Amino acid sequence: MSGKTVYDKLWDSHLVKKNEDGSALIYIDRHILHEVTSPQAFEGLRMAGRKPWRLDTNVATPDHNISTDPAERAAGVAGIPDDTSRIQVQTLDDNCDHFGIKEFKMNEMGQGIVHVMGPELGATMPGFTVVCGDSHTATHGALACLAHGIGTSEVEHVLASQCLVTKKMKNMRVTVNGDLGAGVTPKDVVLAIIAEIGTAGGNGHAIEFAGSVFRDMSIEGRMTVCNMAIEAGARVGLVAVDEKTIDYCKGRQFMPSGEMFEKAAEYWRTLVSDSDAVFDSEVRIDGTTIAPQVSWGTSPEMVVPVTADIPKAEDQTDEVKQKGVERALEYMGLEGGTPITSVYVDRVFIGSCTNSRIEDMRAAAAVVKGHTVSSSVKQALVVPGSQMVKEQAEAEGLDKIFTEAGLDWREPGCSMCLAMNADKLGAGEHCASTSNRNFEGRQGNGGRTHLMSPEMAAAAAIAGHIVDVRTFTGDQS
Amino acid sequence: MKAFTQHSGVVGPMDRANVDTDMIIPKQFLKSIKRSGFGPNLFDELRYLDEGQPGQDCSSRPVNKDFPLNNPRYEGASILLARKNFGCGSSREHAPWALEDYGFRAIIAPSYADIFYNNCFKNGLLPVILTEQQVDLLFKEMDASEGYQLTIDLVAQQVIRPNGESFNFDIDEFRKDCLVKGLDEIGLTLQSADAIKAYEKARAVNHPWVFGAIK
Repeated sequence: MSGKTVYDKLWDSHLVKKNEDGSALIYIDRHILHEVTSPQAFEGLRMAGRKPWRLDTNVATPDHNISTDPAERAAGVAGIPDDTSRIQVQTLDDNCDHFGIKEFKMNEMGQGIVHVMGPELGATMPGFTVVCGDSHTATHGALACLAHGIGTSEVEHVLASQCLVTKKMKNMRVTVNGDLGAGVTPKDVVLAIIAEIGTAGGNGHAIEFAGSVFRDMSIEGRMTVCNMAIEAGARVGLVAVDEKTIDYCKGRQFMPSGEMFEKAAEYWRTLVSDSDAVFDSEVRIDGTTIAPQVSWGTSPEMVVPVTADIPKAEDQTDEVKQKGVERALEYMGLEGGTPITSVYVDRVFIGSCTNSRIEDMRAAAAVVKGHTVSSSVKQALVVPGSQMVKEQAEAEGLDKIFTEAGLDWREPGCSMCLAMNADKLGAGEHCASTSNRNFEGRQGNGGRTHLMSPEMAAAAAIAGHIVDVRTFTGDQS
Repeated sequence: MKAFTQHSGVVGPMDRANVDTDMIIPKQFLKSIKRSGFGPNLFDELRYLDEGQPGQDCSSRPVNKDFPLNNPRYEGASILLARKNFGCGSSREHAPWALEDYGFRAIIAPSYADIFYNNCFKNGLLPVILTEQQVDLLFKEMDASEGYQLTIDLVAQQVIRPNGESFNFDIDEFRKDCLVKGLDEIGLTLQSADAIKAYEKARAVNHPWVFGAIK
């Protein structure tokens, strides 16, 4: 018999019961809740007269629709001007209070984007199953977790039973070896992977990211990569445990300490794929060939290296692809065959569960330091992923670097990644964005998103157009 | 949950690949704390010419006449014919809620994104998988015949065309069973409460750090 993958091990250790029809009952260690996908689940619990199965597995925080404007945030939940948003945030508070679920409320230390908050508080531990009513839950896979997004009915299911009925996924390994070039970041690596395998390439699979590129990467970088597994169609993305994982976990609020930590770490170290483990599919990418990436279209697979031209519809191999490129170019207001660096940006967004951690803040600040946002850029937002990231960034003076350069320093939340609050693009506006989706209308009705790394977005803010951060001098052109 | 055994209805098109859940129901409508009422905002940005707001009366909004589902020939459509990787992106269950509220009972496509596919079954909405060739053929037949209808028999796992010929489709036994019987999945899981408790007990011994940290 062949060895086991990390995913196999996680699956086996959470199997409560196998059913005859091929489905299985899987135990959920950590359930993270937010305001948007939980109200109907709590309502369902109430209507059926059920209670949460247990409380210490759940943690909640508002993030999706809350304002990032400091003045609005200071007014508290009662001060949220939009009625529907206020009711939704208040409903999360009420539900958590009513059922006794631990919540980090809007302006409380600990609050943040669910996928930033979970790991930084140590609520996410290696070897856990982690679910949340949000598709970017794979982020937690950076700590070798079986983590994935679920719908609201499953939020209710997990609340009521601490389990999910599910089927085992297939194993896919994406191996990236070689040294990354200067200016090439985890975001570029994952965008290059999506460009290679496509937005449906990982459907039905759990992806393990393996190879020297991920071993050399920080835990926060691994989170950026795992975060976007869903953009390649995979609900689950993960990286095996190594000493970086163990070091990351030490001393965090909800983590065990002392002897218990050592005992846990001993188990965590077993969460690596066996050398004879077999993957259902394998993808190999040469890390040395990856350049900074930029999306030009309306799907996360529509990505080019910053040195390249925007593709032409007529160069596509099949008719469906041709139509897709044509439609995307039209929506984006772009012409195939022109350099991606010729695209001017109206707004810049640095934030989201993909790129709002302290390393992202530092990287963006290093690029803008001493420069000024281009006069052609209407707004450049920097939205830290959590209260803790905000506090740390301010302690390092990063907020000053941003504001002196003309960027807005905001309160933590999902913000312009999905534009549920006031942070959004106007119709036709181009945005250099560190978020994860460039779908039509994602950042605002008619808005045009260009996905890229924090360094690249910061450089675009200064230059006023998309620019190769490797040759960026800070001159406006 | 609403049971699904067999359904016949008018077929409506969504002729593009990678239709994402932002397209199915845009973010501003996710602020609702209800499960119903999303139908008028299904495909909102494609369906109307203005930007929709939650709680708005959609009957007086300017309609995009070029959007196929606005064409009177697809009025009352209850089966959506779609392309590959339908429902990609966000996990929002508001997407199947909107499709269901609009009046769709089933979708036919060559493939779906995993989370969306899963969410459909929780809402009595049947996502049928046929091959790309079969879907192509259904698109052609639908284009050629106004009021084109199909019958989907979940029990027999068949899509039956107007000429009486049928395509078979695969589906997980568990999902089929739940849908055919309209079962309450949570109730079903809670029948295994003893197994869940036994698992927790063993886990607390073997991995004692798992529980109790969050208070």
